[in-house]
Amino acid sequence: MGDHIKHDHSKDGIDRRGFLTCMAWAGAGTLLVVSGGTVKSFALSELGDKPMHEMKGELSFVQISDSHIGFNKPANTDVVGTLRAAIDKINALPTPPSFVLHTGDLTHLSKETEFDTLEQNLKDIKTERILYVPGEHDVLDDNGKTFRDRFSKDSKGDGWFSFDHSGTHFVGLVNVMNLKAGGLGSLGHDQLEWLEDDVKHLKSSTPIVLFAHIPLWSVYPEWGWGTEDSAQALSYLKRFGSVTVLNGHIHQVMQKVEGKVTFHTAMSTAFPQPAPGTAPSAGPMKVPDDKLRGLLGITDVNSIHGKHSLAVIDSTLAG
Amino acid sequence: MKRFSRQFIFLVVNLMTIACAQSAPHAMPMDNKSQPATYVVKIDNFSFTPATLTVPVGATVTWVNNDDIPHNIVSSEQKFKSKPLDTDDKFSFTFTAVGTYQYFCGLHPKMVGKIVVEEKK
Repeated sequence: MGDHIKHDHSKDGIDRRGFLTCMAWAGAGTLLVVSGGTVKSFALSELGDKPMHEMKGELSFVQISDSHIGFNKPANTDVVGTLRAAIDKINALPTPPSFVLHTGDLTHLSKETEFDTLEQNLKDIKTERILYVPGEHDVLDDNGKTFRDRFSKDSKGDGWFSFDHSGTHFVGLVNVMNLKAGGLGSLGHDQLEWLEDDVKHLKSSTPIVLFAHIPLWSVYPEWGWGTEDSAQALSYLKRFGSVTVLNGHIHQVMQKVEGKVTFHTAMSTAFPQPAPGTAPSAGPMKVPDDKLRGLLGITDVNSIHGKHSLAVIDSTLAG
Repeated sequence: MKRFSRQFIFLVVNLMTIACAQSAPHAMPMDNKSQPATYVVKIDNFSFTPATLTVPVGATVTWVNNDDIPHNIVSSEQKFKSKPLDTDDKFSFTFTAVGTYQYFCGLHPKMVGKIVVEEKK
């Protein structure tokens, strides 16, 4: 069983050292289970004694992120190998996902061959469709045109789009374009206007899932881990009863709950990065070979019967 | 006898060389002006070193990526932009006008730097 190292920055008293942990956020109702599905927490009486698979609702999807095809430095010289391990993990889930979200940095250098390899491998995931938002590594040469043409044909502007599934409204956002010197991620005026309009007519009871590459909350601005204008985006979603924000970019799991909004970042399938402030900079973190897969992983998301919010379950590629 | 004359010739040649050097400063290979100074900005640990580099007008600056992640160089005033630079890749730009040129990494915009281009002294 792969232990998951959780980085606790919300000062909720949970030990930050790595061991199997689980948090149930009674207020927001989002159950966050880490690694292996062991569920133990103070608020779990709400869920009773039913096993996980009996509690699941109709919505079931997977998030993967930061595959960085093309990367070949010591932190991981076989990113295709670890991606395949992630694909095997997805295909072994008790409930096959209806779709998969890739939250960006599909490739390392936006090369055609890298996009080819990624696309070929992901064809082996047993799912109906895969939806993508770009990371900064995917839009390097041509302002994201290649990315959009291949992975996001029906999107608007720089690659944003929305769709509905099982009564939940999904919004893919792009915050890696038109970045300004000294700045963070950026959504930009056009996208924000589109977002406001996109959610305007939805009932407040509609669960919302936002996904974008760079975190839409301020994880660690010193390393650029945040989005300048995300507050404005979230203001359009204030009235909704359940908002789940799924991001990547930082190559580690972090979560935060703010009222009815749950923020969550996923592990990479390629290489881990250091926890905020624990290294001179962000970037690939080399760990002993036998520890690597314990720091890479996928995220499984399910609706829960009788609960308004979603269960977000991270599992590593170890064991 | 032979050795003496060789040394003598050697001395004469050197004296002539020195004399020539003093009369025709631009022709001699020892002259500094024929060897352009190299201006390098190193990229490592998500930062540019030196963060501010001052160069004379006409100088060429070369950025070298020593980091283990790609970066690129983007002028804040859209004067230059490099391709993505992987580890050990380089990008050079020649500054033909005096001024201050702010730049940043397009992938990691928190990384910023500045080239100050001055009149030749």
